[in-house]
Amino acid sequence: MEKSLTWREFIVTRAIQASGYSAIVFVALIFFFLLREGAPALTDVKLSALFSARWYPIEDYFGVLPLITGSLVVTIGAMLIAFPLGIGTAVYISEIAPRWIREILKPLVELLGGLPSVVLGFLGILLVSPFLRVFLDLPTGLTAFTGSLLLGGIAVPTIVSVAEDALDAVPRSYREGAWALGATRWQTIWYVTLPAAKSGVLTAVMLGVGRAIGETMTVMMVTGNAPVLATALGSWFAPARTMTATIAAEMGEVANGSAHYHVLFFIGIVLFLISLGVNVAASSVVFRTKKRAERILS
Amino acid sequence: MRRENLAPTQITDIMKRPFSPNRRFVERIGFAGLTATALVTTLPIVGTIVYILIQGAPAISLEFLTSFPRDGMRAGGILPAIIGTLYLALGVSIFAVPLGIAAAIYLAEYASDTPLTRTIRIAIINLAGIPSVVYGLFGLGLFVLFLNFGTSILAASLTLSIMTLPVIISTAEEALRTVPQSFRTVSASLGATRWQTIRRIVLKEALPGILTGVILGLERAVGETAPILFTGAAFFLPRLPNSPFDATMALPYHLFVISTQVPNMPVQIQYGVALTLLAFVLTMNLVATVIRSRARAKRQW
Repeated sequence: MEKSLTWREFIVTRAIQASGYSAIVFVALIFFFLLREGAPALTDVKLSALFSARWYPIEDYFGVLPLITGSLVVTIGAMLIAFPLGIGTAVYISEIAPRWIREILKPLVELLGGLPSVVLGFLGILLVSPFLRVFLDLPTGLTAFTGSLLLGGIAVPTIVSVAEDALDAVPRSYREGAWALGATRWQTIWYVTLPAAKSGVLTAVMLGVGRAIGETMTVMMVTGNAPVLATALGSWFAPARTMTATIAAEMGEVANGSAHYHVLFFIGIVLFLISLGVNVAASSVVFRTKKRAERILS
Repeated sequence: MRRENLAPTQITDIMKRPFSPNRRFVERIGFAGLTATALVTTLPIVGTIVYILIQGAPAISLEFLTSFPRDGMRAGGILPAIIGTLYLALGVSIFAVPLGIAAAIYLAEYASDTPLTRTIRIAIINLAGIPSVVYGLFGLGLFVLFLNFGTSILAASLTLSIMTLPVIISTAEEALRTVPQSFRTVSASLGATRWQTIRRIVLKEALPGILTGVILGLERAVGETAPILFTGAAFFLPRLPNSPFDATMALPYHLFVISTQVPNMPVQIQYGVALTLLAFVLTMNLVATVIRSRARAKRQW
């Protein structure tokens, strides 16, 4: 009986340990399979052709630049919208709102984070884009700007929750010190709390960028899907096509193992590396501040 | 502390700021601005949900929920899409839930702060950040082609499971960590082994938190479209899938299809599908919130 107990304990412990390591295995597997299917793109298509300005796969033009600029334009636009809204809302929830309002707003913002992106895209097609077409007098409402607007909404919950955590983590004594010196609550927020939460706010923005650049369905449905190289500000109000949307729209129709197939996986590798970079950078900021806080406490 | 390199004049300047004559006025403007920002952020959320509710409600009927699509999906019901989404959620529960909870137990109860543990954490953060369409590519590469599952419920739910894993792991770990250390000490002092302590004491106490995480994970899996695009979603099926190796219709993909790929689609059905999907997501969200707040109210430590 003693013995079987130890055995069970041993097996369970090993199983739990293995599950713990599984996250690393999955990241490695994802990267491996992207490489396996995407690396041949470099032999199928010349590097100069890959980074050219024309995406027209039917005639074997695989220039990914328009897709990269498309993603950039849509994401930058989304952040211009989501940054002020997200940080403002986080500050409001954490510093100003009375308790009962906070109890309503927090689940609401969480709810926005849980809304399926396909539902937002659907509303984008039916409501937002016709409105923008008339309101801005454009030839079509399916533009990069429409995508930015909805993507902003998708990035907001990420920014709010991370930034709010960061503001929450600022010790109360900082604020009390400022109030004792005669600062108003507004001055305290502006000169004490926000600067103290700076790194958390930075993390929030980075994770927001990561969320926006990886979003697929909404962008595919509302940006008009025209792979045009973005060169001027006007591109924001013209149809665009992002990397994610290209994969989603075209993967279903390509022959396995064709050059087009490999190039789509290659775009997947680019997206994977971008999200890897953003997340490692964001988490290193978090780790650093944690260390600083520990130093202050001890 | 932070601004060590300020010139003396700058310091007096900062010190004067609290006493500038119109500071109360500035505060009022600032607060009004922040309140407006919060409203601009949250009102559209309420608006969206109410709008879909109003537009979609007339389409919902027993027939809509329990019959097959007809006339190229322009009429009839959405039964196969609902069943498909349930199958996918079931698949994710089977694969992701045990694995995610076990990983959380490892991180909260066993792992010490080694470089390996930090690598695991970074890996989890990365899994959470990988774009959903990249999961789709990965699922296509590994499950559909390499393991030869074909476009199937199995391949799609495995893909969704890996995507859901970080949500489950991080919420479950947080729940386990809120259980006070003294519970474990007492259990160990009574002669329980580590695993007995975890199974009978820690897991039991952390259950509501873990459940919340599981539901939030499933909510994400149910709403996603991109990962199942090339791993298991079917444009239209005249029958229900009868094995895990069959492709399936699913609510989010169905909404995508009927709002972009089918010409002359009646708007009412589109709103009906959107509402059904929203109902799934909102219900799960609500259940998670209720479990969480009830557990918080009941907690005595």
